Amino acid sequence: MSSLSIQIPGLNLRNPVMPASGCFGFGKEFSQLYDLSLLGAIMVKATTPEPRFGNPTPRVAETPGGMLNAIGLQNPGLEKVFIEELPWLEQFDVPIIANIAGSTEDDYVAVAEQLSQAPNVKALELNISCPNVKTGGIAFGTDPDLAKALTKKVKNVSEVPVYVKLSPNVSDIVKIARAVEEGGADGLTMINTLLGMRIDLTTGQPILANKTGGLSGPSIKPVAIRMIYEVSQQVSIPIIGMGGIQSAEDVVEFFLAGASAAAVGTQNFIDPFVCPKIIEELPEILQRLGADHISELTGRSWKKNERLAYHRP
Amino acid sequence: MIKQENCRVVSNTQIGDNIFELVLSGELTANMSEPGQFVHVKVSNGFDPLLRRPISIAAIEKENSTFTIIYRRQGRGTALLAEKSAGEEVDILGPLGNGFPVMEAAQGQTAILIGGGVGVPPMYELAKQLAQNGVSVISVIGFQTESAVFYEKELARFGEVYVATVDGSYGRKGFVTDILAGFDFQADIVFACGPTPMLRAIDTGNFAPKTYLSLEERMGCGIGACFACVCHTKEDPHGYTYKKVCSDGPVFKAGEVVI
Ligand SMILES: Cc1cc2nc3c(=O)[nH]c(=O)nc-3n(C[C@H](O)[C@H](O)[C@H](O)COP(=O)(O)OP(=O)(O)OC[C@H]3O[C@@H](n4cnc5c(N)ncnc54)[C@H](O)[C@@H]3O)c2cc1C
Ligand SMILES: Cc1cc2nc3c(=O)[nH]c(=O)nc-3n(C[C@H](O)[C@H](O)[C@H](O)COP(=O)(O)O)c2cc1C
Ligand code: FES
Repeated sequence: MSSLSIQIPGLNLRNPVMPASGCFGFGKEFSQLYDLSLLGAIMVKATTPEPRFGNPTPRVAETPGGMLNAIGLQNPGLEKVFIEELPWLEQFDVPIIANIAGSTEDDYVAVAEQLSQAPNVKALELNISCPNVKTGGIAFGTDPDLAKALTKKVKNVSEVPVYVKLSPNVSDIVKIARAVEEGGADGLTMINTLLGMRIDLTTGQPILANKTGGLSGPSIKPVAIRMIYEVSQQVSIPIIGMGGIQSAEDVVEFFLAGASAAAVGTQNFIDPFVCPKIIEELPEILQRLGADHISELTGRSWKKNERLAYHRP
Repeated sequence: MIKQENCRVVSNTQIGDNIFELVLSGELTANMSEPGQFVHVKVSNGFDPLLRRPISIAAIEKENSTFTIIYRRQGRGTALLAEKSAGEEVDILGPLGNGFPVMEAAQGQTAILIGGGVGVPPMYELAKQLAQNGVSVISVIGFQTESAVFYEKELARFGEVYVATVDGSYGRKGFVTDILAGFDFQADIVFACGPTPMLRAIDTGNFAPKTYLSLEERMGCGIGACFACVCHTKEDPHGYTYKKVCSDGPVFKAGEVVI
């Protein structure tokens, strides 16, 4: 398994595969299905200072190859996450990446300061890209200056490395990526969902109660690949890639684009065993690629060295 | 225990206007117990549709490891399901959720089972288990029109059945609640599954001292991890307390959640 281990700031992972935030709760449900210690890491649900109920239902709608969600950052709030959810996860030998959200800078700072002190939280994921809340969230993710200032503030209080989660809903993602790198980000996670809408023909109204929602699933994979390809060439911090990953081949594609680790979101709903399956299948694919170690693949689509020889099975 | 399994289609039969009865065989039948639990069905092998479809378990046959689901061909997902034929496999995740509390009805008591449209299917397994426990079962089922009526005969094996159709083409004209209003006795317990307006009328608790309802909500994961299917609780209708239809429900006690 050592061909899969990776080291990125704060994270010494046995493998580079982890569930994406919001698609795995705080792990309890999936722990009934398999041993969470198999995972490289877990990105837990976004946490805000106060509990949030989130948006009215319907909160999900479908489209070929994807789904729209407008959960609205429902979570039990900082205190409960710190006192109950994170300690519960300590029974597993797996690092936690805490996803932090809020409406104001102070919100983010408060959550970051406390969650970064939890023993099993090895990194923070600063969610400045949620499209489903009215204030904060994506506002920070679409303005390079705001994003940079927020990253700095959070870095100042955090005990662990900070990864910033980027939104694809921008015209120039490289600009935002550079800004948060300048703000002191230790890494990037990308991409969050793409803003979308579906309308019900029978009612003539949007299907989602929130009207708009975030598109995820295989249909967004090419967007994620392109953005990681662009950003990874312009920053020197590592990227945890996500957006439509369904298979070990997809994980390899993200690495080739420039990612150093990979997260699986929506596919956990369709196949709850997808993460362990991918982890099991990766070594064989590496072998087919003639790679000794998965980290050799990072950025190989643009790095100026010899091409990989992929041997089809 | 939740399992994922490719279950084999034993039969997939049209039993009413756009209503299909799908019998599947698989080891996960052994984990099914409570009527009112559901399975999450992957209807396509590809990306369209992407998500699974929640469908109630209608009958459990542990002896031969088969179970039945009954669904209405409605959109793309259920249309694809209707095309499956015997021998094919269907990817099933389940059993999921908490079903009807059968033990709440004691031997010798009377239970009214209320089903509206595709809310009827879980009532079959429920009626079977209640009857086995010596509970008298009365089924009250409602449909749009005569051609949509199904499972009247099957439910009649376990007790009296009353049917209502909205257009009056079969049974009594009107809704299940019209039939209930005409009963001159009090049941000990009511179990219901069906469209939201029907559930709201029954949620009042007017028809028996104990009432249990099965809810529907659009779902993502079906196992409690994505927060797609939450509802408010009656105690705290505007606050942060919530129940997940998929994993806390789909069956709730009347008055527990905001419908
Ligand atoms: C716990 C539970 C048990 C159910 N049991 C049955 C049953 O026994 N028989 C039956 O015919 N139907 C049942 N339903 C409803 C069934 O899930 C929907 O009819 C089905 O998902 C429609 O899929 P579609 O692709 O054909 O329709 P579309 O309208 O194309 O579906 C689009 C999306 O909306 C969702 N959706 C549409 N209608 C519903 C609904 N009523 N409830 C939840 N999600 C919906 C679909 O899952 C899908 O994600 C149940 C629903 C729930 C929540
Ligand atoms: C239901 C749902 C809830 C999500 N909640 C969060 C969240 O709380 N915080 C966050 O940063 N991203 C959240 N996301 C985004 C995912 O983490 C991920 O970035 C996105 O879905 C793309 O990956 P995928 O295509 O593999 O799902 C959510 C996605 C979904 C589908
Ligand atoms: S459907 Fe995911 S929590 Fe209920």
